[in-house]
Amino acid sequence: MTSDSTPLPAPRARRDPAARSPWRQPLALVGAAFVVLWVLVALLAPLLAPYGPLDQLADKLLEPSAQHWFGTDELGRDVLSRVIHGARVSLPLAFLLVAFAAALGSVVGAVAGFFGGWVDGALMRLADLVFAFPGIILAMAVAAALGPELRNAVLAVVVVSWPSYARLVRGLVLTARNSEYVMAGRLLGSSSVRTMMVDLRPNIAGPVLVMAALDVGNAVLLLSGLSFLGLGAQPPTAEWGAMVAAGAANFDRWWVGLFPGLSILTVVLAFNFVGDTLRDALDPRTARAIRG
Amino acid sequence: MGALLEVEDLTVWLATRGGPRKAVDGLSFQVDAGEIFGIAGESGSGKTMTALALLGLLPHAAKTAGRAVFEGRDLLAMPARELRAVRGRKIAMVSQDPSTSLHPMLSIETQLTEHMRHHLGLGKSEARGRAVELLATVRIPDPEQALRAHPAQFSGGMRQRIAIAVALACEPRLLLADEPTTALDVTVQAGILRLLHRLRRERDLAVIVITHDLGVMSAVADRICVMYGGRTAEVGPREDVLTRPRHPYTRGLLDALPHPEGGAATLQPIPGSPPALGAVPEGCPFHPRCGFAVPDCRAVRPEPVLVASGHLAACPPDPLGGAA
Amino acid sequence: MTRFLARRLAAAVLLCVGITLIAFVLTQLVPGDPAAANLGQRAIGDPEAVAAFRAKYGLDQPLPVQYLTYIGNVLQGNLGMSQQSHRPVAQDLAEYVPATIELAIFAIVLSLLVGVALGVVAAVNRDRWPDQVLRVVSLGGVSMPTFWVALVAFYLLFFKFGLLPGGGRLDPGMTPPPYATGFYTVDAALAGQWDVLASAAGHLVLPSLVLAVYTVGMLMRFTRASVLEILGNDYVRAARAKGLPERVVIMRHVLRPAMVAIITVAGVAFGSLLSGAVLVENIFSWPGLGQYAYRSAVNLDLPGIMGVSIVVAAVYILINLLVDLLYGVIDPRIRLT
Repeated sequence: MTSDSTPLPAPRARRDPAARSPWRQPLALVGAAFVVLWVLVALLAPLLAPYGPLDQLADKLLEPSAQHWFGTDELGRDVLSRVIHGARVSLPLAFLLVAFAAALGSVVGAVAGFFGGWVDGALMRLADLVFAFPGIILAMAVAAALGPELRNAVLAVVVVSWPSYARLVRGLVLTARNSEYVMAGRLLGSSSVRTMMVDLRPNIAGPVLVMAALDVGNAVLLLSGLSFLGLGAQPPTAEWGAMVAAGAANFDRWWVGLFPGLSILTVVLAFNFVGDTLRDALDPRTARAIRG
Repeated sequence: MGALLEVEDLTVWLATRGGPRKAVDGLSFQVDAGEIFGIAGESGSGKTMTALALLGLLPHAAKTAGRAVFEGRDLLAMPARELRAVRGRKIAMVSQDPSTSLHPMLSIETQLTEHMRHHLGLGKSEARGRAVELLATVRIPDPEQALRAHPAQFSGGMRQRIAIAVALACEPRLLLADEPTTALDVTVQAGILRLLHRLRRERDLAVIVITHDLGVMSAVADRICVMYGGRTAEVGPREDVLTRPRHPYTRGLLDALPHPEGGAATLQPIPGSPPALGAVPEGCPFHPRCGFAVPDCRAVRPEPVLVASGHLAACPPDPLGGAA
Repeated sequence: MTRFLARRLAAAVLLCVGITLIAFVLTQLVPGDPAAANLGQRAIGDPEAVAAFRAKYGLDQPLPVQYLTYIGNVLQGNLGMSQQSHRPVAQDLAEYVPATIELAIFAIVLSLLVGVALGVVAAVNRDRWPDQVLRVVSLGGVSMPTFWVALVAFYLLFFKFGLLPGGGRLDPGMTPPPYATGFYTVDAALAGQWDVLASAAGHLVLPSLVLAVYTVGMLMRFTRASVLEILGNDYVRAARAKGLPERVVIMRHVLRPAMVAIITVAGVAFGSLLSGAVLVENIFSWPGLGQYAYRSAVNLDLPGIMGVSIVVAAVYILINLLVDLLYGVIDPRIRLT
């Protein structure tokens, strides 16, 4: 060969143009902007809200006006102020319970994937069980059993949310366990558990985070649904689902239920925009695992 | 008499994450009616993309330039509708792996008759009758029974025969066979190659056989085009190209073939690996792996030039000129 | 195929046992005393009434015995007495469950028609504007709080513009058709009561539209992904190489294999429709499973909750069997092995 520096052939470029940088996608940017906006609203609620969330003003069920942009509810409270303060209830709880569900599910999935055998069988059957049951009915049963309280509703949502993480992590562990670099780690003498902790973590963290991003939306939906049914946040807490329930009780006064529902929609949509784009950036097989 | 297909300066860009990349770069060749034309090259040399470009079936967001004149009309410039009327009717394709190219969920009858009915306007029973004949032509035992079956019920070799029957259904003028025997056992391979030969003879069918296997080429092709890095390295009559190669790459491919009389000792793989999509080097694409490269090879992109009657090679230093 | 189904059936039975067990354990976690919850103030001052109540419903037995007794009864079709309606749970469910199933069937058919069609449109226009627009639409669909959509739709389509009938399963004053299946549309058709049929169908439109918002979004996303995956197969390229019109390629060669994934998701979607029904039945005064479950849950009505669990599990199992059977219809390879 006359050529002295033959470059190594570059890995063949993938033909899939769907895999692009997520941050060049307008949807992801809009989603991220809305997430930031809502986080700011939650942080600055007392400064932004024109009234206190529980302040009962004289006039009940007032139409939206310059004074009350979103009107007032059946107890004469300012709907805008309650919507703003509602962000302080829904957002932190959603993050918290997704974190719990992801942690619980990941541990279960990792244990199942790593130990295999009957441990795997038992844990995955349990996951199937929970998965099979319509989430809201199970959550309803849990919330009813433990009492209608916001704390119990959060617990109920965690109980129904972990199996998807368990399935995902188990799949990733099983794939990675047989991959070359973990084999290499074993050959080099590192213990199996240590191999798993050190080498697999980065491969699992990405997909789990993407799933969590998509799940924040679901968590907000489930939690507000339970509150809507009266099994979550209790009056007089300014919680969006409970506020929509008040809107249902006064359905001829459209503003009472419209704005809290729009808040839920924009928050969930924002997280789904971000999560969906992130998922597209993952490799297709992992993306499929996350989808179902 | 003009050629059946005349490809001139065909260039194909594929969409990748880093933007468009050339997969085929200025390829020219022609195929006469009733001729078996072989295109050889390693994977990634652009040979499959050439076939797909002719049919307008390139992957998502790919682009083409050049001309491919078939029966007097340019396939690359044809509106999608008219090209569809050519596909399956005048030009048919058999692809590499019959276990993936036949639809796993549709019956053989559906797959064998649907395009006959569409292109030729045949009725159900007419198409069925022809389907039975076709299956008999490609030597499928008990064609009536086979029509009711699904692909999973046949062996690999049988499936490839069925795929060929599907391709022949509308009596095309040109058959594109992309690695038609690669997925098959050696004994089955021979049967398929004999079948192609027979069809060419009986039906005056032109065939473009695309393969990385020069052994297959030597068995069927009248003329051979060797591709490297999306370009023609060498093209000419089979005898000339295989026994008196004028391009070092062709020579390398031949040296890499096991010789029946030579034993393992003569097996000499070409060092290095073919360039990746979009990473084709300047000058002669083969120069980094070439044992005869001179400084010019790194700077000047060689065009195929006539080296013997009907035999072109893209290697100006012509180190093998005196060999053979 | 028979063995395949037998195995799925065995797994389903196991699942059913598991679900009832979970439901049972949950009800045991109840901090409140069902006797107190159902007898109210009276119970506090009257230990005899409490004891009588507990004996009547077998609450004085050890837990495993309670569970086994329950399972034994369930197998005989006896789901116990509702502590709340004082009627057999099976009888309650025979009224409430068909209302929800009828609604869910309407909604799933609607979702499949719209969701699959839009998903295919998105896939074949991949990365072009229809795909971008439909992506926002589908994400919007799965981001909508169903109970809020119900409220908005009820306000606009019924209250404000009167385009669709409001709450209930029939127009006010109309008598339900004679009970055969519990599906008013079917029962009315069987009895030849066409006005009742029209009314029942009309009342299904609004709630099933609302429920379909989420599942349409869901099915669109999966259909798109599934079709895109199938489009990459050699056999699709082979179908195009045969010069078939694109419509035929999509409908015959792509959609059929894609349906395998789509009906799997449709099974899951049916489950989420049941969840959605729980949330919206109240708004539409729909006397269904959701309302019954909710009332049982807040009243700590154990037989009621467990009856609901059994029904949900049974529906889940039926749906899965149906999905498995459909696999066999779609894919001959499954039928043949």
